[in-house]
Amino acid sequence: MIYREVGDFKTTYRDDGQTFPIHFDRMRYYVVLLVAFCVVPFIVNDYWTNAVLLPFLIYAIAAIGLNILTGYCGQVSLGTGGFMAVGAYACYKLMTSFPDLNIFFCVLLSGAITALVGMLFGLPSLRIKGFYLAVATLAAQFFLVWMFNKVSWFYNYSASGQINAPERTLLGYKITGAETSAPVTYLFCLVLVVILAIIARNLTRGHLGRSWMAIRDMDIAAEIIGVNPLKAKLTAFGISSFYIGVAGALLFSVYLGAVEVGEVFGIQKSFLVLFMIIIGGLGSIFGSFAGAAFMVLLPVLLKNVLVGMLGWPTDIATHLEFAIVGLLIVVFLILEPHGLAQLWRIIKEKLRLWPFPH
Amino acid sequence: MPAEFWYGVEVLLNGLMAGVMYSLVALGFVLIFKASGIFNYAQGVMALFAAQTLVGIQTGLVPFSHMINAMFGTKIHHFGWNVPTFAAILLTIGVMVLFAIIVEKLILKHLVNQEPIILFMATIGLAYFLEGFGDLMWGAEIKKLDVGIPQGGNVWVEESTAFLGGDDFYGFYLDTLDIYATVIAIVLVASLVLFSQYTKTGRALRAVADDHQAALSVGISLRTIWVIVWSIAGFVALVAGVMWGAKSGVQFSLSLIALKALPVLMLGGFTSIPGAIIGGLIIGVGEKMFEFLIGAPFLGGATENWFAYMLALIFLIFRPQGLFGEKIIERV
Repeated sequence: MIYREVGDFKTTYRDDGQTFPIHFDRMRYYVVLLVAFCVVPFIVNDYWTNAVLLPFLIYAIAAIGLNILTGYCGQVSLGTGGFMAVGAYACYKLMTSFPDLNIFFCVLLSGAITALVGMLFGLPSLRIKGFYLAVATLAAQFFLVWMFNKVSWFYNYSASGQINAPERTLLGYKITGAETSAPVTYLFCLVLVVILAIIARNLTRGHLGRSWMAIRDMDIAAEIIGVNPLKAKLTAFGISSFYIGVAGALLFSVYLGAVEVGEVFGIQKSFLVLFMIIIGGLGSIFGSFAGAAFMVLLPVLLKNVLVGMLGWPTDIATHLEFAIVGLLIVVFLILEPHGLAQLWRIIKEKLRLWPFPH
Repeated sequence: MPAEFWYGVEVLLNGLMAGVMYSLVALGFVLIFKASGIFNYAQGVMALFAAQTLVGIQTGLVPFSHMINAMFGTKIHHFGWNVPTFAAILLTIGVMVLFAIIVEKLILKHLVNQEPIILFMATIGLAYFLEGFGDLMWGAEIKKLDVGIPQGGNVWVEESTAFLGGDDFYGFYLDTLDIYATVIAIVLVASLVLFSQYTKTGRALRAVADDHQAALSVGISLRTIWVIVWSIAGFVALVAGVMWGAKSGVQFSLSLIALKALPVLMLGGFTSIPGAIIGGLIIGVGEKMFEFLIGAPFLGGATENWFAYMLALIFLIFRPQGLFGEKIIERV
């Protein structure tokens, strides 16, 4: 009844090419933005921001980044943790070397640095394909983590080998360091997420996104019809790494505040983000959000139920969480290989026909 | 000859022995990949699970005791018996075969004809599940695995090689366990090669690896073959798990040997058994020599984590199908 393109007449090319062509979708999008910007900041408390909202927003950026590379361009990467570490350490070096630089630009610049590193490690993708590439990206993961552990210049020769985010403000509000307030950090991440998601959405609809998808579906055929694989693959690696770098920088500076590289950016993180895009849906921006929300909420939920309500020890709850996550991955791959995004698409198809089944 | 040279040779020997172990793990990957086109990331966790199960059966642990205790407030942990090592190994093999059957029935059957990368991600899911499940079943604490193989430096080797160097050289220091492991791995690899070359089942395995549809059309049951292959991989995982577990205890880091085997596979090619063996040796020797000559003196050590990957990565740029892999032919 309400979810229809009927009666929504497009009179300009601008209207025709908009992101959400259906009126209801557009309204829903504005409502979500309105709630996220105007309602949530006034009702959040520290627990919700730290346990759910900040990780969700930050991992959503990382998931969008990996989705660009894996979902849209078809290059499986297991080096996400390593690239996030590049973003975090770049942010740390920028923050400590240029104390006057605005934190907003620090985060974006560390994304740019990660993009360069990502393109460097993306170079072999021109020769290596499929599994071989997936394993080759592990080289990036292990090498980068080792490097941040061993080369003390990266952590300013601190004795503990940790990096700690110094205090930085934006428009007079504390963004990083101790004693930040929940709504401020939330809004800071939210602004970045919204900007980056809009850019990603439009990139994937445009010329670049189409060349990525052509490479994904069949790279040789794409090459024959005139897609430049060098350009397509390297831009995918670069832009994806930019997103992942921004996510790493935010995770370090805004969310955690102090980071030990092997613990936070190990291979588990690579798998976590990969799981997000599998569960959310490969090749979908909405899927990145859905997957991030799912993978952030599931442990919180399990922990609250098992430890909080049933009183189990934490370690057993963690083991059970591992088993459940693994099982869910397999179940999703068997039942719905296109993830939550596909379920959403099916619901929308049904909505268009509702209340008549045919 | 100066003593440094002989220390170098010692590093080389240790590298060779480590390489045999890598080959052993890589072999499990190659078997499954050849037979079903699945790149089984869970191989390392299977090794961990097999070792956990062996210890659990051997010492008479009650499965899921931690969980049961947490749910009902009981305090059970042991049945109170000890199973002899040999019987425990047989029972563990039984568990791994059961695992193979379950994997085939519940996962592989439903994922036929999916893209290889989807199957790969499914095995990552499987690895997560098995890791959590193993810890729930047997507990996550570090367990000591004792299968009766002596440990420590081998005195005989040390004394009989001491004459090679000067007064400041005391002979090669080789761990007895490593020597045993090498011998067992060589025997296992040889028997697997013989099995796949000279038995009927082995021929069927190779036929399936060659072409699924052609194998089906001459009456080979794909599903039986898959169960057999996963069982063999489970057995290889058990051997690898026992060797590594006896060396450094049964703990989570055991599952990381899968990550060590990946560059071996890239180097040797995913489809070649000799490739897995030679790749394993190259990586084993390469990373030990690199650490000895360049890593420890100049780069601050611990280069073993990434050296193998970098070597494989650089190697692949020049030869994308690996050392012995089949030539990749792509058609539009």
